[in-house]
Amino acid sequence: MIGAQILIECLKREGVEVMFGYPGGQVLPIFDKLYDADIKFILTRHEQGAVHAADGYARATGKTGVCLATSGPGATNLITGIANAYMDSIPLVAITGQVKSFLIGNDAFQEADVTGITRPITKHNYLVKDVLDLARIVREAFYIASTGRPGPVVIDIPSDIQMQDSVFVWPEVVDLRSYKPTYFGHPGQIKKAAQLISQAKKPLIYAGGGIISSGAHLVLRALAEKIKAPVTWTLMGIGGFPATHKLSLGMLGMHGTAYANHAVMDSDLIIAVGARFDDRVTGRTDTFAPHAKIIHIDIDPSSISKNIRVDVPIVGDAKNILGEIVEQLKKLPDTTEWLKSIEALKKKFPLRYKDDGKLKPQYVVEQIYAVTKGDAIITTEVGQNQMWAAQWYKYDHPRTFVSSGGLGTMGFGFPAAMGAKMGNPERTVIDIAGDGSIQMNIQELATCVYNKINVKVAILNNGYLGMVRQWQELFYKRRYSHVCISSPDFVKLAESYGAVGIRVTKKEDVRKAIEKAISIDNTVFIDFVVEPEENVFPMVPAGEAINRMIEGLA
Amino acid sequence: MKHTISVLVENKFGVLARVAGLFSARGYNIASLAVSETLDPLTSYMTIIVDAKDEAVLEQIKKQLNKLIDVVKVTDYTKKEHVDRELILVRITYSLKDKNKLEAVLNKFVAQLVRGKANTAIIEAVGDQVQIKQLLELLSPYGIQELVRTGRLAIGVE
Repeated sequence: MIGAQILIECLKREGVEVMFGYPGGQVLPIFDKLYDADIKFILTRHEQGAVHAADGYARATGKTGVCLATSGPGATNLITGIANAYMDSIPLVAITGQVKSFLIGNDAFQEADVTGITRPITKHNYLVKDVLDLARIVREAFYIASTGRPGPVVIDIPSDIQMQDSVFVWPEVVDLRSYKPTYFGHPGQIKKAAQLISQAKKPLIYAGGGIISSGAHLVLRALAEKIKAPVTWTLMGIGGFPATHKLSLGMLGMHGTAYANHAVMDSDLIIAVGARFDDRVTGRTDTFAPHAKIIHIDIDPSSISKNIRVDVPIVGDAKNILGEIVEQLKKLPDTTEWLKSIEALKKKFPLRYKDDGKLKPQYVVEQIYAVTKGDAIITTEVGQNQMWAAQWYKYDHPRTFVSSGGLGTMGFGFPAAMGAKMGNPERTVIDIAGDGSIQMNIQELATCVYNKINVKVAILNNGYLGMVRQWQELFYKRRYSHVCISSPDFVKLAESYGAVGIRVTKKEDVRKAIEKAISIDNTVFIDFVVEPEENVFPMVPAGEAINRMIEGLA
Repeated sequence: MKHTISVLVENKFGVLARVAGLFSARGYNIASLAVSETLDPLTSYMTIIVDAKDEAVLEQIKKQLNKLIDVVKVTDYTKKEHVDRELILVRITYSLKDKNKLEAVLNKFVAQLVRGKANTAIIEAVGDQVQIKQLLELLSPYGIQELVRTGRLAIGVE
């Protein structure tokens, strides 16, 4: 069996159902074997589309996403997507072709040092130097990508290795002496955490993406309800706790709800789970939650005490540890007063926008929620569209919000929607986009139409790179430098690809446009021509304390 | 403050680049780095002298090193009893008339003249950081033309 066939056999054994990619000179043997393989392959129109689609598939399903590209430019086109998956801890295996082993280092045609380039943006990477190592490497790659704190793994395979004849031996077990993630928390630390919780008067849970990757949403809810603590979450934590729950505070941080940020600053105990105290969350770190003791639960020891001092660190899997804490809790805190003050904060600082009859982007998102009854998978691009999608749609379930958090990659949402739809063919998948971001991977329209991957794209078209414009308005005296962006006619563009385009310019047409788009058995672009200079509020200016927010409607 | 960290790694392709890349990507400073195989050819020891401004940075460095898949074990010798040594080679300006004087200096250290020519000499020396520093001070009046050092090696007492 040749290397390429060994690779396919390994992918099948790993349970890979779909992969995204693009062919090229140094992956020809793999594509030849894919021709007969029982794996769905989606040919994207750009390698970046492939890697984001694999990432979106992983986020929406919890399985490991797989993409494939050729050497050199094929591989370098994956870089943004790999970095994106790395920042958000998404399990991804990226397979790249490489020039023949004996040509490596010769500046051969379409050669790039892929393991060198991807080293700082992968959890691990491999250059396959011997076909005998191939099966073990693929097995390890999937294991590393999906366990511990998940992340992307790159396998770079020279084309001569793909063609070499060998015997296929599937390694039954993975044995890496240097990689043993900790899944169970230290009992002493768990006891300490339970004690702190019992003594707290104003406990607050701060939940991150780790809730979703460990599948801890139910036990998180159990803990919150048991100790009657409000729950706030990061962008990555959206869907980890039901937004419609009475203990929900919504998202915190730079564009979080004012009541979440105030609650954090008032709390006396923060239970941080699967979150990493990112600067978009903490604001100025020396002012963050001044009265609070902090329990930090994370599977990655290096996340703990990186940005914020922590009182009780617990390394391990969120689901296990939260379960242990729930069991250990004997005495429950009395949070009646605390919850009252939270209610007061919610009343005093509601999330709001000025509804003046014009077509507002927030309204569009609200209507998407109303029409889908919260049952869709929402992907986003990056910028204002992303923040409005986070603020104005209520996510009650994990893996229903797919967004580029850490890296903030424009152009992510559309291919990610494609991947999410491939993993959930029966569900409605909507990319909430901006007119800037959507143009960054718009070529994937062809992929969607050809493969009948029917996703809906709601473009909040304000004619600007809205978030940058907002910063220029607020912090650069409204000197709009290169943020006014022109677009094609999105309706005609969609039609030219064989998709459907709908344009909406009036508030009263929003709902029926969304209903129509969902009912159409095709990919649909809805071009919402929204208010051009609407801002995302509240907003914590970069480097400020998180309770020092700019409010839009004071 | 300088700390001595010993890192046992899988002897795999690219492992040095992974460790070095980690330091540069996260803005940590390496003062010296010595790498070689252990008795087991599948592993190597890296002795790294890091410059960390505080305990928190040192902690992060250790955690980040441990996170690398090919890192088997990280040992921080800051608070552990250990022996460290460095080998240096020095080429100095020298004339035969100084021979006795120079040898008197070298005899105080684990050091010897390995090669003398008409007007230059090469000296090798092994020692801890204090000894190396003292020796270099004593040699400097001769005129040090070139100095190369291995970087520190460290081993635990138990």
